Amino acid sequence: MAKTKVLERKPLSFAEKTFLPQIVTGLKTTFGTMLQKGVTLQYPDERPTIPDNYRGVPTLVKDPNGREKCVSCQLCEFVCPPKAIRITPGAIDAEAEPERAHVEKAPQEFDINMLRCIYCGLCQEVCPEEAIFLQDIFSLSGYSREEMINNKQKLYELGGTLPDKHHKWDKKKSAELAGNAH
Amino acid sequence: MNIQSIVENITINIDGQDVEVPKGINIIEAVKMVGKGKEVPHYCYHPKLSVAGNCRMCMVEMGMPMRDRATGEAILDENGVQKIGWMPKPTIGCATNASPGMHIRTNSEMVKESRNGVTEFLLINHPLDCPICDQAGECRLQEFSAEHGRGYSRFIEKKNVKPKRTTLGPRVTLDDERCILCSRCIRFSKEVAGDDVLGFVDRGTYSTLTCFPGKDLSHNYSLNTVDICPVGALTSTDFRFKMRVWFLKRTDSICTESSVGANTEIWSREGKIYRITPRRNDAVNDTWMTDSGRALYKAIESDDRLVQYTIEGVHKSPEEVANAAVELLQLGDVALVGSAHSSLEEQFFYKTIAERCGAKVSLVSHYGEGDGLLLSEDRSPNLRGALVTGLIDQLPEAKLDALAHDINSGAVKTVLAVNEDLTQLGIDSETLAKVKVIYVGTHANKTSQVAHLVIPSLMVFEKDGSFINQSFRLQRFKTAVPGPRGVKSDITILEKIAAPLAQEKAAPALAIDELWLRMVKTLASLPESLSWRSLPDEGVVLDAKAFLDLSFVETKNLKYDPVAFKEAHTASAQAPAAAAQEEA
Repeated sequence: MAKTKVLERKPLSFAEKTFLPQIVTGLKTTFGTMLQKGVTLQYPDERPTIPDNYRGVPTLVKDPNGREKCVSCQLCEFVCPPKAIRITPGAIDAEAEPERAHVEKAPQEFDINMLRCIYCGLCQEVCPEEAIFLQDIFSLSGYSREEMINNKQKLYELGGTLPDKHHKWDKKKSAELAGNAH
Repeated sequence: MNIQSIVENITINIDGQDVEVPKGINIIEAVKMVGKGKEVPHYCYHPKLSVAGNCRMCMVEMGMPMRDRATGEAILDENGVQKIGWMPKPTIGCATNASPGMHIRTNSEMVKESRNGVTEFLLINHPLDCPICDQAGECRLQEFSAEHGRGYSRFIEKKNVKPKRTTLGPRVTLDDERCILCSRCIRFSKEVAGDDVLGFVDRGTYSTLTCFPGKDLSHNYSLNTVDICPVGALTSTDFRFKMRVWFLKRTDSICTESSVGANTEIWSREGKIYRITPRRNDAVNDTWMTDSGRALYKAIESDDRLVQYTIEGVHKSPEEVANAAVELLQLGDVALVGSAHSSLEEQFFYKTIAERCGAKVSLVSHYGEGDGLLLSEDRSPNLRGALVTGLIDQLPEAKLDALAHDINSGAVKTVLAVNEDLTQLGIDSETLAKVKVIYVGTHANKTSQVAHLVIPSLMVFEKDGSFINQSFRLQRFKTAVPGPRGVKSDITILEKIAAPLAQEKAAPALAIDELWLRMVKTLASLPESLSWRSLPDEGVVLDAKAFLDLSFVETKNLKYDPVAFKEAHTASAQAPAAAAQEEA
């Protein structure tokens, strides 16, 4: 048992007994704040500015040519701590998409379960193709559990296009077309 | 090449530590034997192939005790210890055989530097494909680059362009840019598969792996080249882009394709099998298996899979079906058509059931053409098991003419058929209509359609058990994936049928260990000390003396020679010794 110490309470002074000084101090704060600029936002009519490195809903992005960047290496699925990501890998049909045949691999299905996602950003960090990004969406809702699982189409809708300048696969393709020096 | 048969040991010194190794062993194997996870990195060396020595990754420093050239006397240092004459340059471990007194350094600065250099050269033209490469996760180049490489590239020139997505054969796809020219696949095709189809064309960095003109990699062992490829150059067309290997769970199993009983590994994730690869067993299949054996798992998801216990086509509970089976069997006049595809445990149960209801047992042979390697003439995995359990005492016939005769004469009223379509075996559907059929099997066929009772059975991937292969080697397989929903394991349901036949109470959930206690007590061929759980991974050779007079169909193949087998097992006094030697 911790020792308790009983403190003598000081008797209130006359001014304190009238409560007036306290009321005045309180009103000073009230009126002072009233005249200042507001610190709250009228959400959802007003939206906060999201910092660049904010970790919101993970999305899939396309390259500047509007092509799928993800090659379904499944590293994000592997690294995901709550196992929110589920990928079904597949081959790119060379006949259907000849200009992308050299990439060989793309996800058939790509599901992120937003009920499981903890917004840690490890998927973005691990992605070797820079295809998955946690963007600025912070509020999401749905009426069913199924609605909260973002499929590939939804992920690309949310993600949009990333104007990067790597052109990794384009370089690969031009090297392939150029052939060897000898 | 059989390292095991060499008994003479010599002492060599590896990284300052004296170790005993068999004479003639190479440095890679010697270092592996030292244990403690020590390994000489290598690409082109494979324990079951000839030594090519072309990857230069297994460089080690080697030294021999110094002797005076003129007198042959040992040269001693100031402490009176013989001096070691270290070679000025490193040597490759795969082609260096251990000799007495040899000193090896696997971790010196020179060795590290040479590995680093080799890795850098290999990576010069290797594409940065890891995200889309199926080998990632089990790639030796990836592993050794992380372990021995420099971590960044100094190469600013353009990488070589080579053919990608080449179809080498019906099951193998080649990506030449990833190839590190180790020539394992070439040596395998030539030396093991006996079909020399692969070779290099062009020179220097332009060297390219390809099939000889007019040929393709279509032999039944082509997928072994994918297994031994240290990088992702050769990929399985079937497994390509299906799943990353780090998600897959590995389960030890046995191939059911033929009586060879190749040891396999089942790679599965969340109850779905993605591929089957061979598991090394020097006494059975080395490190190989057939392509056809790798495709067997596809039958799991076939549409005609039996998944419901039925009586006259009506869905019932397993208990109801088992009780109905007991009632039918108790009426007598039963014939049992067993299967050499059943596990040893199931065959033990069928033997018990046959004894308890006085059934006449017949088995059907499944013979085909052997290829002299890992596909034997007997296409059933456990014919020897049926002999060991006493289910049969003669080799099976191809047809069931005797049973057809018995049915027609009215001597048989009930047939318990295990995994065999009787209509294909000399019993036409008219004859079959005269009897009540209890069908136990994995897939639907014409017999299961007319069967009175249908008991669905699990496939080899879905249950625990054991098989006995062509050389009477008892081998264990484990559950890799769960069976179809609602289907109980075969031994559980067979216990529910066998126990009431002898007025016993069925064990509620029969564990395989408990069953094995019964089996070793009953079966003379199984040593008392044996248990399913304690079976070693490489299997146990059983005493085959009682069955040597039978003329088995297997001819000589990779690890089995009928003549030598008979000789080894005939001399009864030496039989255990021979078995032990084969074991070693």
